[in-house]
Amino acid sequence: MTPLLLASTRATIPDLITFVVCAAVVLTGALGVVMSRNSVHAALSLVLTLFGVAVLFIEQDAQFLAAVQVIVYAGAIVVLFLFVIMFLGVDREENVAAEPLKGQRPLALVLVVIAATGIIFLAATSHWVTGAHAVAGSTTAGGHSNTYLLGRSVFTTYLWAFEITAGLLVIAVVGAVVLARRPSQVHEEPRDARPAAPGAGGPGDAAVASPPVAAAVAAGTGASGSTTDDGERRPVPAGVTGRAEDGMDERVTGS
Amino acid sequence: MLATTVIATPHIRYLAILPEIVLLGGGVVLLAVASLVRRQLRVRVGTLLTVAIAAGSLGVSLWQWADVTGRGGFTAIDHAVVVDGFSVLVNILVSCAVLLTALVADGYLLRERVGGAELQVLALVSASGAMIMGSANDLIVVFLGLEILSIALYVLAAFNSRREASGEAALKYFILGSFSSAVFVYGIALVYGATGSTNLAQIADFLSRNVLVHDGLLLAGLTLLLVGFSFKVAAVPFHMWTPDVYQGSPSPVTGFMAAVAKAGAFAAFLRVFLSSFGLLRADWRPVIYALAVVTLLVGAGLAVVQRDVKRMLAYSSINHAGFVLLGLQAATGRGASDALYYLFAYTFMVIGSFAVVSLIGRTGDVAHDLSTYRGLARRQPLLAVCFAVLLLAQAGAPFTTGLWAKLQVVLAAVDNGSVPLAVIAMASAALAAFFYLRLAVLMYSPAPASGGVLGEEEPGEQPVALTAGTVGPFRAGPAEQAMAEAQPQPVEELRAPAVRGARPVWAGTEQSVAVVDRLNAALLIDAETVTVDGETPASAAADQVGGDVERVEAPDPALVSKVPVPALSAVAIGLCVAVTVVFGFIPAPLVDFAHHATLLFVP
Amino acid sequence: MSIGPAWYLGLAAVLFAIGAIGVLVRRNVLVMFMCIELMLNAANLTFVTFSRVLGDIGGQSLVFFVLVVAAAEVVVGLGIVVAIFRRRKSTTADDLHVLKG
Repeated sequence: MTPLLLASTRATIPDLITFVVCAAVVLTGALGVVMSRNSVHAALSLVLTLFGVAVLFIEQDAQFLAAVQVIVYAGAIVVLFLFVIMFLGVDREENVAAEPLKGQRPLALVLVVIAATGIIFLAATSHWVTGAHAVAGSTTAGGHSNTYLLGRSVFTTYLWAFEITAGLLVIAVVGAVVLARRPSQVHEEPRDARPAAPGAGGPGDAAVASPPVAAAVAAGTGASGSTTDDGERRPVPAGVTGRAEDGMDERVTGS
Repeated sequence: MLATTVIATPHIRYLAILPEIVLLGGGVVLLAVASLVRRQLRVRVGTLLTVAIAAGSLGVSLWQWADVTGRGGFTAIDHAVVVDGFSVLVNILVSCAVLLTALVADGYLLRERVGGAELQVLALVSASGAMIMGSANDLIVVFLGLEILSIALYVLAAFNSRREASGEAALKYFILGSFSSAVFVYGIALVYGATGSTNLAQIADFLSRNVLVHDGLLLAGLTLLLVGFSFKVAAVPFHMWTPDVYQGSPSPVTGFMAAVAKAGAFAAFLRVFLSSFGLLRADWRPVIYALAVVTLLVGAGLAVVQRDVKRMLAYSSINHAGFVLLGLQAATGRGASDALYYLFAYTFMVIGSFAVVSLIGRTGDVAHDLSTYRGLARRQPLLAVCFAVLLLAQAGAPFTTGLWAKLQVVLAAVDNGSVPLAVIAMASAALAAFFYLRLAVLMYSPAPASGGVLGEEEPGEQPVALTAGTVGPFRAGPAEQAMAEAQPQPVEELRAPAVRGARPVWAGTEQSVAVVDRLNAALLIDAETVTVDGETPASAAADQVGGDVERVEAPDPALVSKVPVPALSAVAIGLCVAVTVVFGFIPAPLVDFAHHATLLFVP
Repeated sequence: MSIGPAWYLGLAAVLFAIGAIGVLVRRNVLVMFMCIELMLNAANLTFVTFSRVLGDIGGQSLVFFVLVVAAAEVVVGLGIVVAIFRRRKSTTADDLHVLKG
């Protein structure tokens, strides 16, 4: 462990300084994300971490990835985050001190710290790296550039993985369209028409007539149940209270 | 220099990835076609095309099957994809699930009017993710397949934008799902560091050549992979998302999620742990053992106390995950194919069940309380029989695929010396049978009793109360005699005809039920206001006088009327029941089929 | 050449732990997403470090795919958040109360 922990033979003072500064930046940013009350501050702290990681990528000869990290993460993902924060309103502050589930926070802290310590301990006992070298191609093969080698690896060993990212992008596009669609005609559709709605819904329904009949029966006999203004009864199953807005029920379920 | 460097891309054998191409390409084509047709036709066109695409991928998968059984498995695209009996069976399973889901979703989309063919497109892409996982031979491909599967499911869970619960389910699923993905990818990173590769075959190769004296890094990575997979298959300490997500998602999507996500995640789980880390089985088997025990017990135990049918089925799906873990715990090729057979049987049972739940949920997809199922057999006997068969199959009743599935995994566990685990599995099956039977009995119990009674009962005591046979004449009026034969039967009698798929004795009283309904309508007597607690008809009057408090909680007549059954949903449910029962009677073909589905790389 | 990989891997593990704690402790959905990004970044840093130590370009390719996944995940996740919270006041997970779990 010692030769790995201490600077390896060719490490220089600038390398050491770079690492220390970047590590400090990364950790400061990470703590900022977790602890800041304001989501905008959290997003800006995230940028700090991402830049720190990008510099650490360069430090480890992954220049292309460093560029991608800055462009994709800081340039696209964080901007997307900020966009959503602004869209939903920036002035929302969270009461960080509030703890909804008693004891959940310390428990989470303890569990994660144990897990992280375990990982570091296990990794240290196995001298950090045990794997076979250069299985998918060397990082220095033939004196080619990092970008060339990365490209070759992506289009040979990881060709199938590269191709199926197309699926991910299709989902992202379709998903964004589906989610951005406003719930159409929610408010136009009167809630009390619900029992009759199946009639309009699909073919082959045999019971178009029965719900209105039942409703008329209820109104006629003056039976109990929550009766709305126009005399139709709302569907109120046992043990359920209807929510006025969109018909989802708050029901008591044990779990 | 730039002009002269040519990258030699690997040879691609298209047969290996044809099912995925059919689904993904089909999804894109469907997206284009759906945007060209009129809004009213969109759902129908989407359904038709999806069924065609799913049938196509099923056909291609069978072609693969013929190839694999004839010439053996192979890897393709620089060993990133593996085609063997196992992956082909996953492809077949997923294709069937997509086909059935398309049929079920058709009625749902027309009923809820929440958009056009996007649901089918996302289902197709999501299913291709499951196939990718099943045939992945590289951890990063497993990860990408997992993400394709999951991200599409997040969107699908949020699909019904009118239900607040749908969005919340999606958000919970998303947060916990991406958390588990991050854990999973960190696990991949550690395994990569420990073995130098993410290729499953190369990892296996490395581990067989090198004895790692210090395998801490590898074990840490393995643990994180295990946690990531456990999240996705909903094994117990990592199951928190399941009930909420299953309850909140649109019902057809829930069925799809339960079938396909479980199949894909378990397929990758089995392949990664058996083929790559088979040599470390001494390390991971005890962990899987413990996971299986808590999953079996917690799943069955918590399902019993649920009042929402979707939540109940969610916990029951956790219980099923425990059974599949039994097959993994056996850590043999036989165990893997038994687990796969279980998933195959489960796919049909769960999609059928959620198809029925989707119908009973009615417009708005909200009526999922247990009480809405009371008396279903009298209103819609055929639907009730189908649901009963599917539930009993999940319980592991004889003459259904459910029994054979449970038997296989339990035998696999026994073969491997895990007798206590097998005993626990049997006990949890008995516990699980209880809540399936409760629902089945509820359907065959008399018409909606006043809700107050149901609400007051301890959930666990319902079957006892209902099967005691003490429920007397439950309808006042002239039809009393006509209904006398429609009495509930004790569990044992009830179970037998339902299991055989035959119509129960009193199903023939459909006409008399109709007569009663008509008479009631004529007399302006609401079906449930005259429902009495059963001892004497006279108490009906007492009920009407003094039972106001009770009746406030009574089910609405709209909820106890017949639900419309679209033809395509009926076809889907029929197919599910047919597969469950036919292969329950003649188990040999499917069991043999699954036993051919062995992994290519089992050390 | 840089300093020893142990420091990098340790830093990545700590970063991962901070992210995990953030997801478990914070109630603001957007901050939870950011913490998941932290976790993915920790995994990326681990990949790159192993890639350097093993002299294997594969590790760097894997980072590439994780980036794509993160991008797709964020698009869909933020879409869900916007779809839900455009009708509500706050973005904390505790306001999600329709489903009791």
